[in-house]
Order: sequence, then C-alpha cells, then structure tokens
Amino acid sequence: MPDSLPADSVGIVSPQTYHFDAPIDLACGQTLENYDLVVETYGTLNDNASNAVLICHALSGHHHAAGYHSTDDRKPGWWDSCIGPGKPIDTNRFFVVSLNNLGGCHGSTGPSSVNPRTGKPFGPEFPVITVSDWVKSQALLADRLGIECWAAVVGGSLGGMQALQWSLDYPDRLRHAVVIASTPRLTAQNIAFNEVARQAITSDQEFHDGRYYDFDTVPRRGLMLARMVGHITYLSDASMGEKFGRELRDQAYKFGYDAEFQVESYLRYQGERFSESFDANTYLLMTRSLDYFDPAYEFGGDLSRALAAATCEYLVLSFSTDWRFTPARSEELVNAMIGARRKVSYAEVDAPWGHDAFLIPTPRYTDIFNAYMDRVAREVGA
Amino acid sequence: MRPDLEIIQQWVQPGHHVLDLGCGDGTLLDFLQRERGASGFGLEINPAHITSCMSRGVAVIEQNLDTQGLGNFDDGSFDVVLMTQALQAVRRPDKVLDEMLRVGSEGIVTFPNFAHWRLRWGLTLNGRMPESDALPYKWYNTPNIRLCTFKDFEALCRQKGIRIKSRRVVDGQHQNSWLARLWPNLLGEIAIYRITRETE
Repeated sequence: MPDSLPADSVGIVSPQTYHFDAPIDLACGQTLENYDLVVETYGTLNDNASNAVLICHALSGHHHAAGYHSTDDRKPGWWDSCIGPGKPIDTNRFFVVSLNNLGGCHGSTGPSSVNPRTGKPFGPEFPVITVSDWVKSQALLADRLGIECWAAVVGGSLGGMQALQWSLDYPDRLRHAVVIASTPRLTAQNIAFNEVARQAITSDQEFHDGRYYDFDTVPRRGLMLARMVGHITYLSDASMGEKFGRELRDQAYKFGYDAEFQVESYLRYQGERFSESFDANTYLLMTRSLDYFDPAYEFGGDLSRALAAATCEYLVLSFSTDWRFTPARSEELVNAMIGARRKVSYAEVDAPWGHDAFLIPTPRYTDIFNAYMDRVAREVGA
Repeated sequence: MRPDLEIIQQWVQPGHHVLDLGCGDGTLLDFLQRERGASGFGLEINPAHITSCMSRGVAVIEQNLDTQGLGNFDDGSFDVVLMTQALQAVRRPDKVLDEMLRVGSEGIVTFPNFAHWRLRWGLTLNGRMPESDALPYKWYNTPNIRLCTFKDFEALCRQKGIRIKSRRVVDGQHQNSWLARLWPNLLGEIAIYRITRETE
C-alpha cells in the first residue's frame, strides 16, 4: 500500500461471508445443498436501495475489486482504477457489491471447499457452474442484501457475460448492463486456447484426476503453463513488444533452453505466482463456463431473439487491440441489440494493451465510463 | 429551440424509431426522445460527441459511415433516418442516400447550399474558396468534401427516383425568410429535405 491512502481509494475493506442454506439447482442438473459467497461492498446503500451496482469478475478474479485489506497490501483490488470516490463507479454515489463467484477459490464455495457429504474437498465432484448459475446465485445475494433492482450490473470479459446474462434472466432486476471487452460466445480459437490450458493442468502428474488435495499436492506446473498461455492472449503483440522486445536477461545467447529472453522470465514468473494462489479445479471450471456461454443457443443461434426478453439499457465497450474478444465480437452483440431494438451505446476504445485494456484507465475509456455511470447515478437519484 | 430542429421535430411522430447519422452531441435525438417520445440510435465518430451522447442518455453507436456503411441495420427497421449537416462530409452521399432509404421509410436531410449568393459572391469577387457561417473552414482542412447546391441535390433525387415530400429553406440563422422561399438556390443557406421512396 502507498504510505497514505489515496483520496480516491475506498480505503481498508474487509470481505464478508454469506451462507446460503436453501439448495440451488444448477444448469448441469445437479444441486448444491448449501454454499457460501464471499462479498465485499463499498459505499452506502441509499434508502430506497436504488443505487446498487454489481461487479462481476472475470476468469481469475474475485471479490476484492477495490481498496486494501490491510496497510501491508502492496496492491489494491483488481479494479481499483475504476471503483472509488470520484472514479467511474463512484462510491460516493453508488453502493458497490463485488463477490467471489461460486466455483471460485477465494472463499466462496468451490472445488477446494469441503463437501459436507464426504468431509473431503469436492475436487472433480464439484459441478460445472455456468454463467446463468452465477447470475442466479448473484440474484439470491441481491435478495439477501435487500436489492430489488440494480442500478447497473458491470463486468469485463467473463464478467461482461454475466452482465449480459443478467439482462436476459432477470430483466426486471437491473436498469443498465455494462459489458466491457466481452463477447456473446467464444470462437473456436477461444475454446482452443482454453483446451490447451486444461490439458496443461490435467496432464500434470500432480493432478491426480482432480483429487490432488487428498495427496497434499497441487498441479503447479500445469497451472503455471495454463496461466502462461492465458496471459499471452490477454496482451497484444504491440504491448509485449513494447514491454520486452527481444531483450535478453544477460547480454548474450547461452545456446540453451533456460529463460534467456525477458518475456520468457516474465511469463514464468507470472505463471508461478498464479500457481501458488489459484486452484486448478477452479481454473478448469471457469474456462468451461466460458466455453459454454452462448445465450443465443436456445434461440437457434439468433442473438436478437435471445435479447427480446431484455429491458435494460446497455453500454458495450471494446478495445482496438483486443484479439481475445475482438471489437468485432462486441459489434456482433451490439448489432443483435439493435435488431432487438434494445437501447445500446457502443464505443471502440483505442488502446494498445490487448484484452487487459479493460483494467487500465486510459483517458477515453475513463471519460466514457464516467459519463455513462454519471448518467446512471442521476437516473436513480444517487 | 433552433428553427431547423423545430421543423424536423414536426416530421417525427410520437413513438417513431429514429436513426440519426452523424448525431453530434445528441441534442436532436435527446429532444426527440423527450418531446416526441421517439426511440432510436445515433451514429457518430467524434469521441467527445459520443461521450456527450452517453451523458445525455442518447443511445450512440461508434460507427463510420464511410468505412462501415449501414450494413448492420435491417431493411425498413426505422421510421425516420436523419442526417443533419453531414451529407456533404461523407465520401459517397449518393450511396448514403440509398442506404438511408433502405433502412428507413423516410429520410430527413439538411445540408448547406453551395449556391447561396454570399458564397457565389465570395468566389466571383475574391477568387478564393468561399467561407461562411455554415461553411467556416479553409479549403485544405474542411470536412465538407462533397458540397452541392439545392439544384444538384434535387437532380440526384430525381435520378434515383427519390420523392421529395417537402423542402424547407432557411438562412444561416435558420430563419425561414420569404426571400429564401422565393429564390431558394440563391438566397437559401440551409435546406431541410424530407425524402422517401414510397409512392403517395
């Protein structure tokens, strides 16, 4: 943490665990008898509960979106650039709710949690959770928090898919959906990258068919490789070039296969750090959830028909160098919204950082996000 | 209210679905939404204008008419397609007109008249490219690359079988003077055309 808290930080925050006793039926046909959701909130819910904003996290995200857990934290929450006093999601005006999704590994019930039936971690027995399942669990959380209707549901990447799904599954329970750097469905190439990541994990000898907890080990190498592949798809060729170029760690080639280029050592470092803090089964689950997401599927592939049920207004944003979920994917979504006569605003923000650009506050991105959320706040009297 | 907006809003019926090409900061669409109960979208490429639209609650899509066209809009999906002061800035106004009347049943187009007497006078007397309130740019930096006169526009409509339902001619202050009505191509600075492909 910086020596003193920045004025536009939500400050020191602490997560809360909400326990749910009623069973939840999942898309896969299974039922979770009970579960926990870990949640952080920032700002204050107003008297008529009209100023609530839900933040949905992406593949490797969690509930800690803004502020610091303690004065020892080196970094704030993952979306601190956009959440805080005076920031686009202004905590002086909005009550912000951020949770760790079901199946996650940061405190909410997931594959590494203890299965009450067996007394051992769920592991591979933990059901595959879909975007719709997440939205359902988030709606139950909203009930618990006394939020009938969100001012906005906001997310980037996989989080944007949840925002979109909210507008289809609970059209009366949100006024705005903000879908950033996302897509209405994965392409074959997207699924292919996910499959490489899963193969890296499941082929690790320490994976033990997902029961590695019982062997007191983790498939560290597999998870590291999965993250390395994923990480490449989050950056752009240009941003990697800018950051590393062909720079060597030492002056000369060593004619071996150790990490000689800076980019190699960077990827290894990122992969290793990730493998120490993330659960391999959760990674499998999250990537599968991404693969399955396709709200048009039930409507014969016609996304406009899927959107007919929606009533909220949309903001869709894409980034010029994002090759994971390209601007064309966002435009596909926007065109379906236009076809369904939904109210939508769309902009493609010029930014060099690839998919990761949704986490980086560039002037135009911030301007748009500010302008849109300011209007949402005015609309709900926040 | 600006007199040109006053005229345009009379041609938009309550509940109309409207597409505004080059919607600027969203003033017109905002007005039509609030005062006429219209719905719809604006297309714009200027980042500051896009942000203003979002601020106002006008649905705006970042889309370039020259490079992207209107291919993402279905035939007949709008009641009215508007284009105020942008026809002269697109690369192929003729194709844009075709597209307007493909996606909408009616078009409303406004543009500056290059045959206005002050512009003719400026060119004749000074031998320099004319400038005016409606055309305040230099020849080398103007976004207005397809200037035309009222007569030119009407000839193009005739050639394309586009029917002009009405035309209102105003001066630079958007006043509707009787002189401009008498000699529009000489005295009118801006025209507001209501066009369609539908027969009477």
